[in-house]
Amino acid sequence: MSTSLRNSRAAALAAAAAGLLLLGIALAFYWVPDAPLEGFRQRIFYIHVPIALTSYACFFWAAWKALRLLWTREQRYDLESYTAVHMGVIFGVLTLVTGSIWARTSWGVWWSWGERQLVLFLVLFLFYAAYFMLRYSVEPGPRRANMSAVYALFGVVLIPVSFLAIRLAEGLIHPVVFDRDVGENLSGSQIVTFAVCFLGTLALAGALYLNELTGKRLDARLAELKEALS
Amino acid sequence: MTSAEKYVTAAYLVVLAVVLAYVVIYAFKLSRLEREVAELAELARRRKEAPEPRPEREEVAR
Repeated sequence: MSTSLRNSRAAALAAAAAGLLLLGIALAFYWVPDAPLEGFRQRIFYIHVPIALTSYACFFWAAWKALRLLWTREQRYDLESYTAVHMGVIFGVLTLVTGSIWARTSWGVWWSWGERQLVLFLVLFLFYAAYFMLRYSVEPGPRRANMSAVYALFGVVLIPVSFLAIRLAEGLIHPVVFDRDVGENLSGSQIVTFAVCFLGTLALAGALYLNELTGKRLDARLAELKEALS
Repeated sequence: MTSAEKYVTAAYLVVLAVVLAYVVIYAFKLSRLEREVAELAELARRRKEAPEPRPEREEVAR
């Protein structure tokens, strides 16, 4: 993909993200009624869950690019996989922070070590945070690209475990919304608002990913040029 | 403002703050890249202005 096409896509995604997120926030605050049990605080759901799912999507994207790198040996996939992990970690931080705020207002605690869903998400986040340590401890080149790709592929295995943990847990306090009874758990307005917010966060992640990728490629090309001119 | 309203607002503001922080960091990165491009352009200009080094004459075999 050429740089100008990538930039125009990033601009379109950024505009879509701004529009969808503003609409989503307006719907969450002014259209959706208070939830029967959670009340007003349930509105954190419309930002916390889409961000968590976007974080998973970024890690899946990183694994897909890593797989393509290992399959084709094309080095450009290394930077794409790295950028996706970078985005996933940013959205992971946001998931942990917004989740912690929701826990404080719902359960009265900032964190609960007894909840498998939370602990597994933290493990997943720390696993991907360690990706950077691995990456920067190896000299740039095909060896680093292959090691990073294998690591990114291993990490993606943790995602279904993290996602399913809540369903396997006993005596949980973390709410389960997306199960077979999703239609009963969420009203029509809640589903629409959630979908708008989710599309908005996905568009935001896409715009940030393309911008970051352009920046990282520019950085790499400048380093090459500097070496050639010096 | 109730306690729940404060927490919900805080959650949305945290997201906004992180996105804005990212934009600020990216602005710094862009200004660094711009500086580096300017340095490289200057280096290339000096190279162009500098006289071409004479190719060393090959020693003629006697």
